[in-house]
Amino acid sequence: MKRKDLLGLEGVSREEITSILDTAMTMRQIVRSSNKKTAHLQGKSIVTLFYENSTRTRMSFELASKYMSAAAANISASASSVAKGETLIDTGVTLDQMGTDVIIIRHPMSGAPKLLAKHVKASVINAGDGMNEHPTQALLDMMTMREHLGSLDGIKVAICGDVMHSRVARSNIYGLTTMGANVVLCAPPTLIPVQIEKLGCTVADTIEDACEGADVVMGLRIQRERQQKGLFPSVAEYCDNWEITPERVALAKKHALVMHPGPMNRGVEIASSAADSDQSVITQQVESGVAVRMALLYMLTRKEQA
Amino acid sequence: MEKYLIRGGRVIDPANGIDAVKDLLIVDGKIADIGENLTAGDAEAIDASGKVVAPGFIDMHCHLRDPGLEYKEDIISGTRAAARGGFTGVCCMPNTKPVNDCAAVTRYILEKAETKGSGVHVYPVGAISKGLEGKEMAEIGRMKEAGIIAISDDGKPVSNSNLLRLAMQYADHFGVFIMSHSEDKNLVGDGVMNEGFMSTKLGLPGITRAAEEVMIARDILVAEAEGKRIHICHISTKGGVQLVREAKARGVRVTAETTPHYIGATDEWCADYDGNTRVNPPLREESDRLACIAGLVDGTLDAIATDHAPHHEDEKKVEFHLAASGFSGFETAFCISNTELVRSGAMSLSDLVKLMSANPARLLGVPGGKLGVGDAADLVVLDPDRKVVVDAKKFVSKGKNTPFDGRTYYGAVCITMVGGRVIDREQA
Repeated sequence: MKRKDLLGLEGVSREEITSILDTAMTMRQIVRSSNKKTAHLQGKSIVTLFYENSTRTRMSFELASKYMSAAAANISASASSVAKGETLIDTGVTLDQMGTDVIIIRHPMSGAPKLLAKHVKASVINAGDGMNEHPTQALLDMMTMREHLGSLDGIKVAICGDVMHSRVARSNIYGLTTMGANVVLCAPPTLIPVQIEKLGCTVADTIEDACEGADVVMGLRIQRERQQKGLFPSVAEYCDNWEITPERVALAKKHALVMHPGPMNRGVEIASSAADSDQSVITQQVESGVAVRMALLYMLTRKEQA
Repeated sequence: MEKYLIRGGRVIDPANGIDAVKDLLIVDGKIADIGENLTAGDAEAIDASGKVVAPGFIDMHCHLRDPGLEYKEDIISGTRAAARGGFTGVCCMPNTKPVNDCAAVTRYILEKAETKGSGVHVYPVGAISKGLEGKEMAEIGRMKEAGIIAISDDGKPVSNSNLLRLAMQYADHFGVFIMSHSEDKNLVGDGVMNEGFMSTKLGLPGITRAAEEVMIARDILVAEAEGKRIHICHISTKGGVQLVREAKARGVRVTAETTPHYIGATDEWCADYDGNTRVNPPLREESDRLACIAGLVDGTLDAIATDHAPHHEDEKKVEFHLAASGFSGFETAFCISNTELVRSGAMSLSDLVKLMSANPARLLGVPGGKLGVGDAADLVVLDPDRKVVVDAKKFVSKGKNTPFDGRTYYGAVCITMVGGRVIDREQA
């Protein structure tokens, strides 16, 4: 891999994505084996720098590092400490001096990984920044889809939920459209960002339209806080109009996949009966997550030899 | 006092309808004679051939940050930067620490400007409300007595429409008018840039144009109902320009300004999350930029003001959300405006001088803005055709925060003179 950082999927080529997904398939063998230890990252140090809470993304990066024998460390910082305390650039430079090879950053503000990457020698992986991108999530989603559907070319992916505040949505739009998929969004009008169609996707009027003939129906988390902020009147009315239910999934292709990046709000953006159905691959997404992150860490730390 | 003979320059004085090559004799701080082939006598000759001599620029809207925020700028550095930009008078906004909401702060500003400033006239703008809190009216009468030129709650718009109305009535009694920072805070929400394709693409919370337009409409309607004067600050949107155009057409006493950055930059400049592109109101889209230019051309907008808002580097080299809003604007105002308006063919240089000198002087009721015999020699010598590459590191202002750094424009400020005294002369 020639790049220093992975800050987003915007501008990442089809060849690059394919190569990451192919490598991830190999890495998955390690995740599935009884002896989860390889020497791929021996002698490398990897730091997760999280300014926001996270369970699965952080754990997934940590385990990926450890399975491949890297020295892994964590820094937790609350978002408020950013404003008060050390600047992001200063923190990054400090990590550089400690010999860090890869910094994995999650930050509530869009653009923070880009700012960090500009000022450090270490590779930076964006583990989610504000409402901008969450590229490893989209990669693991694509890995899961590709495995079940064979190819991403020409498939229809319906993404339903809080598109406005979702970095998962943006990364999936970039990645999936690059891979030839059609992305259809569906959400209350107050949760659709202006002119999102210009990114190459379409917006459906109703969730029924979005699901119709889809190969994948993906939910996005609806934070209850959004209702309190007046973006929709009640959870009940949200569910009436936008919840992913088995009835709505039935409008999709027969073996369509039900996906969700987690954590789910059951009974809000997705009904348990849909999330736990035979068509759901939500738990498998988690496994893909470790594999994709192993692949990326391996590929980014090998850049010197490339 | 020094005497000067400014020779052979193209004198542009729109207030007196002059645009011709002439000599200017300056004696005792005033313009003593204008004509051809004047003799220098014992006056120091300044060769202005190939250059333009114009009334000094007057900035209706800037932040000098003094008192209290001197790490960003102070009255000394700010007035020097203004002089470097060709300004002979500037109106400084009251959002200092403490706020300029009482006569004592007003007097402090004027005294420091008088004793330690570069010589640029400083016209303090007082607060509309105490502490800019939008609750109780500040002591407008006493501040006027101390020397304020106008009132504004700049940066913190007056949300309470009745307070605006009462302040309009009350201030008028003292001959003071309101400069409104028109912005609906609820519509702004947590927005940090213009709402549009760029905010969607960057995943940054957007600010709808309606946030500005709703309040401009309100300000106009209140002023119309009261029959009073209102000045709308730093218009950034197409809709805002149109609201002012329509109001003027039906006789409302409204005036308005835009800034060099709204005619010289768009939200596409935010693409790299550079804190130096954050400003409030935010950089808008090309259609807004063009509408602001059209507003200046057809007279809807009366003036170009800088909204010079210096910040420390540390406040800009951070996440976009955390970056302070505003640009250091004095030292780029002329080259940007000259390039975007005059060299682009939208208007004549004389029209630009009207927007930067004559009109602001008239709106504020201050001396300057013209070059008649007997007028104070507040003037600027310009080289409008010279190519300049903006170099923020070389700004005289403490604020090096500008999105224009490294860009090429046309138009240099050679000499700035206030009251017949050269207060800035460019380094060779």
